[in-house]
Amino acid sequence: MSDETLLHKKVSRRTVIKAAAAAGALQLTGPFIISARGEQPIKIGMDDCLTGTYAAVGKNETIGAQLAVEQMNKKGGILGRPVELIIEDSTSGDAGTAVQKARKLIDRDGVEFLLGNVNSALTLAMSDVAYEKKKIMVATGGHTDAVTGAKCHYNVFRICNTTQMEAYAVAPALVKNAGKKWYYITPDYAFGHTLQAGLEKAGAKLGVQKVGGDLTPLGTTDFSSYLIKAQAAKPDVIVILVQGDDMINCLKQAVQFGLEKKVHLAGAQQELEPLMGLPPEARIGTWVFEWYWNQPGVAHVKEFNDAIHAKTGHMPTARTWFGFAAAHTCALGANAAKSLDAFKIAKALQNFKLPPEVALMPGVPYFRAGQNQLIPNQWVGKAISGGKGGPEDLFQVTEVVKVGDAAGTLEESECKMQWPS
Amino acid sequence: MTQLILFNVFNGLIVGAFYALMALGLSLILNLSGVINFAHGGFLALGAYLAYTLMPYVGFWGALLIAPFLTAFLGLIAERILIRPLYGRDPLYSLLLTFGLAYVLEDVSRYIWGAQSVPFAIPAWLTTPLSSEYFFLTGYRIFMVLLVGLAVAALFIILNKTRLGMRIRAGTLDLETVSVLGVNVRILRNLNFGLGIYLAGLAGVLAAGMLGLQPTIGTSLIMPSFVAIIVGGLGSLPGTLLGGLLIGVASGVTTVFFPSATEAVMYVMMGLVLLVRPRGLLGEEGRVH
Amino acid sequence: MSSNPVTVADTPNPMGTGSAAKDRLATAIVWAVLLTMPYWMSLVGGYTELAIRIVVMGLAAMALNFLLGFTGVLSFGHAAYFGLGGYGVAMTIKYLVPSTPVAMLVGIATGTIAAMVIGALIVKLRGVYFAMVTIAFGQVFFFIAFRWNTVTGGDDGLSGWTRKALDLGFTTIDLPGNDKAYYYFALAIFALCVGAMALILKSPFGRTLIAIRENERRARFLGIPVDQHIWMSFVISCFFAAVAGALYALLSNFIDPRALRWDQSGNFVIMAVLGGMRSFWGPLLGAAIFVALQDYVSSQTENWMSFIGVFFMLIVIFFPRGILGILKRSVTK
Repeated sequence: MSDETLLHKKVSRRTVIKAAAAAGALQLTGPFIISARGEQPIKIGMDDCLTGTYAAVGKNETIGAQLAVEQMNKKGGILGRPVELIIEDSTSGDAGTAVQKARKLIDRDGVEFLLGNVNSALTLAMSDVAYEKKKIMVATGGHTDAVTGAKCHYNVFRICNTTQMEAYAVAPALVKNAGKKWYYITPDYAFGHTLQAGLEKAGAKLGVQKVGGDLTPLGTTDFSSYLIKAQAAKPDVIVILVQGDDMINCLKQAVQFGLEKKVHLAGAQQELEPLMGLPPEARIGTWVFEWYWNQPGVAHVKEFNDAIHAKTGHMPTARTWFGFAAAHTCALGANAAKSLDAFKIAKALQNFKLPPEVALMPGVPYFRAGQNQLIPNQWVGKAISGGKGGPEDLFQVTEVVKVGDAAGTLEESECKMQWPS
Repeated sequence: MTQLILFNVFNGLIVGAFYALMALGLSLILNLSGVINFAHGGFLALGAYLAYTLMPYVGFWGALLIAPFLTAFLGLIAERILIRPLYGRDPLYSLLLTFGLAYVLEDVSRYIWGAQSVPFAIPAWLTTPLSSEYFFLTGYRIFMVLLVGLAVAALFIILNKTRLGMRIRAGTLDLETVSVLGVNVRILRNLNFGLGIYLAGLAGVLAAGMLGLQPTIGTSLIMPSFVAIIVGGLGSLPGTLLGGLLIGVASGVTTVFFPSATEAVMYVMMGLVLLVRPRGLLGEEGRVH
Repeated sequence: MSSNPVTVADTPNPMGTGSAAKDRLATAIVWAVLLTMPYWMSLVGGYTELAIRIVVMGLAAMALNFLLGFTGVLSFGHAAYFGLGGYGVAMTIKYLVPSTPVAMLVGIATGTIAAMVIGALIVKLRGVYFAMVTIAFGQVFFFIAFRWNTVTGGDDGLSGWTRKALDLGFTTIDLPGNDKAYYYFALAIFALCVGAMALILKSPFGRTLIAIRENERRARFLGIPVDQHIWMSFVISCFFAAVAGALYALLSNFIDPRALRWDQSGNFVIMAVLGGMRSFWGPLLGAAIFVALQDYVSSQTENWMSFIGVFFMLIVIFFPRGILGILKRSVTK
């Protein structure tokens, strides 16, 4: 029996080799083409998750950044030079690749700024690279406290909240809507641990009692045994801290069990992406959003929504805004410092307030000095299925937490910033 | 405490039935063709997505009926074009091929349906629990067990009562002789592969009812299938069924006492089986050397 | 395992070129390229880290090929030992002693001991079943790294440490600060390993492995303790994989469970097949092409997975002997 069946005779080895050689030749010509152009653009590198578990949220972050770069270029770019955004796929969990891409962006592509990542662990790894290479990094969506906490660097800034900030924002609503006996379902990694710790701390001030908790491995598909245990402990609320696909699985199963009739289902961080993936009856619970698109009366938000809708056919999510604000921060910082030097930009960004067309919120968010953490508004509310704003209005805001109210103190963050001399 | 254990045993059987369904498809393909189908999870996802796409037109039941057949059809094509050229060679090549195929399936799913999870809705009357106390016995989970039971029964009928099934069983033991006896082995392998993929597609539709539907839905489900096959016995379908159920129950019971060891227990079982009885609980002689 | 008739080109010389002179030429070319890589890398659109990654992955692929190409045993779980090497390094520098050599020794020892234990458990299986079990055991280690949060950092991996400078007494080599320095360090380790592998393959033990590959039953009839040889080959192969893993962790200053996962194992196998399983340097070539290709394609499109997947399939269907296999065939005609 010969290996070459009729099909394969048509596509011969030679064809395959020729195609590969052509593709290879393209690679060699690549870099040369870029340098032949006129004015040297300033490059922003984005190392985010485009494949794997976090592909959906990572992609949204890059879309926001792309819009920001387009807007920047209409206004003259950074220091008068055009801006180019280079996006690399960090994959959803391969740190080797994320670090590799970060170095590639800095060493080979010559980016001045680094943006990313959805995954907290990758964010930390990238921040070490940025620190080593002395480039400004604006972290978009990795929430673990250490990024602007124990492992903070002078040249690393963050847009999204720390888990402690989210905890402070949502705890009062959990007590008010549900009660003081809490059972935690926590994802077993740094983000989950710090979020639970943050909630326990915030809850302690409100007289909350922890009646039990479970650490669930990332990627758990079947939450039934955890939900059985949770229900047996008779809490007022099952605090669901798992995210993304785990959130969808957990809520879907909890509602199938009819648990929402016996016990309040809630949590802390929630996002539009998982809510969109849930069937309508499972869109319930009290949560906090880091940014929400339905903000009637707030300047510039409608333009942002329209621009993103034109690009993707969907409303922007918090992730879109993270990427958007992060990219703009690079331009704002460089223009304020009138330099591309990381040290000068970092100094210029201390206590820097984002302008309304970037902030897109009622308050005025700012990067807290000595921590480089953005202190924004947060939105507390209930998940709903189809609000007045349309099919993607899946969150009913009950309270907009004012800038600074949930921020905690600088000491709490454990960031001891070291500035180079 | 006994009630909690009982709950978890029941629940474990439900989960185990699902693992068994996936593992059976994988086992069928492995036994006859010697191919480790890394792309099994990809076909599972495809089955789920096809059902999702069909639902607005034919409803849940129509999708449940049609999607696995569609997936099986795609499996037949994949086998014919991609895997068939590799049968004469070292098993390494078919392994690598299914590996590459898995990548492609995930990426194509993401390209067509997007990375964003899509809401897969099952009929409302199925989702209600049967009783307030046994709340985890939802209509859907019972339905799933029944369906898996049906599928397994159908599979055993096919294998034992039809000519195709007899040839598959014979081929699993000695493919060369079967070929010499005049059976078209190529078509046999093709149909067997299709049968295995049918089970994967069915598992996909069932999974989408319980889990979020996104391109990587199948990847986390493939490892328990492997373990089920190793524990239950290489080359034995009843063994695979047993293996799946055992894993499900063991995980469930472990959750009561050592919640953090819930998944570890399936690997511990695998290690024990390999130490004590390397061919698996119901595995056949002659598979080992 | 394979029933192909033994060809002249395959056995007299493990390097696979069929003649000692050609061997030396091949070796010379390879070393010339490797020694100068950091200098010409950027001219072709590469960067030093990519070069280091090629060397590290090349070592891992060659380690796997010791078992796969030369002993004829398919292991699809080598990433486990690769990853164990990496975790050993990370945990040593982070928690015990901030020293690169000590960390490497710990990493290598960890991977090798695990291989000795696992190898003993699975040595009786063959073919597809051996592969399945290696996959499953690979997954066990992935699972441990993933769940044992407090020690391994879980999904977050181990970060917050860097490779330490090498204090040789008379001079200090700045490994953390200087990428090129680390490249040559990795290359030196690579050279030691490859040299050792070549020596083993040329020895009577190595010849026996090739005999087992060609016809296991005959080898058994000749009185060769096949299971023991396979176990030894497995351990040696995993030893070198652990060395590669140690270098990998030092490259990224980070290690996480993905390094242990089955797709990493699959990558090593495809590198060996792509380059040519029957030749000594084949896997290195395969690694170079694969790493560069993946790096390039993933920058161009987010659908790189389809490209890589199709690439796997094309190689397997059209180029099962790999690139060096094709060259060899045309040379011996």
